[in-house]
Amino acid sequence: MLTADQKKELEATIQQFVGKPIGPAATSRDAVNEAMILQWCDAMGDTNPVYQDRAVAEKSVHGGIVAPPMMLDAWTMQGWDMHKGYDEPTNEEQRLHKILTDAGYTGVLGTNTEQEFDRYLRIGDEVTAETIIEGISEEKATGAGIGYFITTKTTFSDAAGAQVGWMNFRVLKFIPKEAPQAASDSGGGAAEAYVPARIKPPMGHDNAWWWNEVAAGRITVQRCKGCQQLRHPPRPMCPGCRSMEWDSIEISGRGTLHTFTVIHYPQFPGYEFPICAALVDLEEGVRMVSDVMDCKPEDLKIGMKLKAYIHEDDDGFKLPLFRPSE
Amino acid sequence: MTNGLGNRAAIVGIGATEFSKASGRSELRLAVEATRAAIDDAGLTPREIDGMVTFTMDSNEEIAVARGLGIPRLTHFSRVHYGGGAACGTVVQAAMAVATGVCEAVVCYRAFNERSGRRFGAGRQGPGADAACAQPTDWNAPFGFVTPAAWVAMFARRYMHETGATSEDFGRVAIADRRHAASNPAAWFFERPITLEEHQRSRWIVEPLHLLDCCQESDGAVALVVTSAERARDLPHPPALLKAAAQGSWLDQEMMTSYYREEIGGLPEMGLVGDQLWQMSGLTPADIQTAVIYDHFTPFVLTQLEELGFCPRGEARHFIADGNIEIGGALPINTHGGQLGEAYIHGMNGIAEAVRQVRGAAVNQIDGVEHVLVTAGTGVPTSGLIVGQA
Ligand SMILES: [Zn+2]
Repeated sequence: MLTADQKKELEATIQQFVGKPIGPAATSRDAVNEAMILQWCDAMGDTNPVYQDRAVAEKSVHGGIVAPPMMLDAWTMQGWDMHKGYDEPTNEEQRLHKILTDAGYTGVLGTNTEQEFDRYLRIGDEVTAETIIEGISEEKATGAGIGYFITTKTTFSDAAGAQVGWMNFRVLKFIPKEAPQAASDSGGGAAEAYVPARIKPPMGHDNAWWWNEVAAGRITVQRCKGCQQLRHPPRPMCPGCRSMEWDSIEISGRGTLHTFTVIHYPQFPGYEFPICAALVDLEEGVRMVSDVMDCKPEDLKIGMKLKAYIHEDDDGFKLPLFRPSE
Repeated sequence: MTNGLGNRAAIVGIGATEFSKASGRSELRLAVEATRAAIDDAGLTPREIDGMVTFTMDSNEEIAVARGLGIPRLTHFSRVHYGGGAACGTVVQAAMAVATGVCEAVVCYRAFNERSGRRFGAGRQGPGADAACAQPTDWNAPFGFVTPAAWVAMFARRYMHETGATSEDFGRVAIADRRHAASNPAAWFFERPITLEEHQRSRWIVEPLHLLDCCQESDGAVALVVTSAERARDLPHPPALLKAAAQGSWLDQEMMTSYYREEIGGLPEMGLVGDQLWQMSGLTPADIQTAVIYDHFTPFVLTQLEELGFCPRGEARHFIADGNIEIGGALPINTHGGQLGEAYIHGMNGIAEAVRQVRGAAVNQIDGVEHVLVTAGTGVPTSGLIVGQA
């Protein structure tokens, strides 16, 4: 497992690959030919005669045999040799994969591909493929595990250099969910393992005090010293009397549900889904955004009574949450 | 002030790129393509453009677009805040510039790779900036409450509670949009209408919003050319005269999370925009033949119909169930398919559609269009327009 700092470094390293070609352009080993087309059609169960029957193909709009468009990337595939590069990288894509593998992201899963074709390939066409690493996502939590989506874009061209099509290919490089935890750090366990955590609030001049109160075990609401009006979330000036003098009161924690939403997607790391997000009318007369815990989504009801408590995450961060009460 | 900006300026050119999920080119390239197309459409040359307005969120600097188009001199350039709320606001800025003589002709644009690049709905962006404008939304982030869909869902649930509206009522908006998109070849969902049953079966994103209540994400660009009403008379297309143009923000306004107002079942900032539009134009809802109602999420379409006075508060569900928002109804909306059906270009594609309706050149043309009302992003400080025949 990585420390937060190691993780930052990893992300900086992998992001440097974005926009890079994976290596020199690859040209097809064989020109487009009937034998390979036939084999491909057999394997795919494609019986379209314009790919395999000269007589029919000659009378078609194509005037001769053409290759199935979906076969485009097969022409420039490297063959069996390809697999070697994942242990000893021979191009930038493999180097990127290796960096992630070494960091514990050992799983790889093809997720989706998009293709677009400019023209049919004819017998004798030579295909050249140029691939760049088009993008790397931020870290995502998926059913397979936490990882990064890597998208490559391959542009295919003919001998004259004209584009004949392109393909996007996306893989997920991830830490398999059941992967055994790496043995603890030999440096005495000082480094903290990276676990995706809740998003932390920005702590500025106007709001840090509120989170500090929560950390100290108190849920408070800001109060104007000029006119006693309560306000939440915190801000520097009272909109009622323009006073900038304020203190705060500790709330009872009792409230009712003003409205809510059950969040299913997107499922970003650091949270358990679904989330029951709530807008709570506090009995003191102000509203507060929070989550309702220990309650099935279908049991949420506007007007239901709630009680606040302070929850502490594994990383020590505290925040006020609510649960149903009598 | 009597009618402010009314009848002082007109939209005379519209331009766009194709709408896609992966444009395969830079946002700047999209911006120059759309602006060039809009200037061509206006019958002007880039040398005659001397103003530019875009969204604060747009990544294309005015000077970069000007360099691309070879615009020699700019005497006004400004940006409008608040996401999709800026859409009609760009036209407000442009109209003020031409009405005051600061500019001759202004191009407004929005260009982004919102689907293949940075997606607004992704949920977990980088660490929040310690800036005042970032704080309201970051306030909610620790609770996992971070997407526009979730913020809108909170309002929608309350709206349902107060008015009796149901998920099916929201679904009818999506169905109307997708039906209109189905006959618009420029729409992403061309020839792909949906049924209410499909809407109800689509998965939950954030309850009470199904997938089909949420607009798509798109790559693309739209640009508009605004000039004075006088100048507009000499240009090739019938001008879309700005009968009214307004922006609005209301007490305790936040970006999509204005939860601390006494009532949260409405959109008072849109009410403010509507009041100005009616006052400035001297028109009433009965004078509008078709409207483009901002539709990033379906529930706010109902709220807007109420805030703008097309139906009484809490009655939008009946108005919609009666088929009024579809072609043939009393107020067909989003005849291009809206952002649910055509593309999500932050509301700018809706303004282009309003111009086509006034010109009589829309694919789903409504008969006898005199005035079209357009709104911008909802739940945020927003804006609106009424365009009409000169
Ligand atoms: Zn006060």
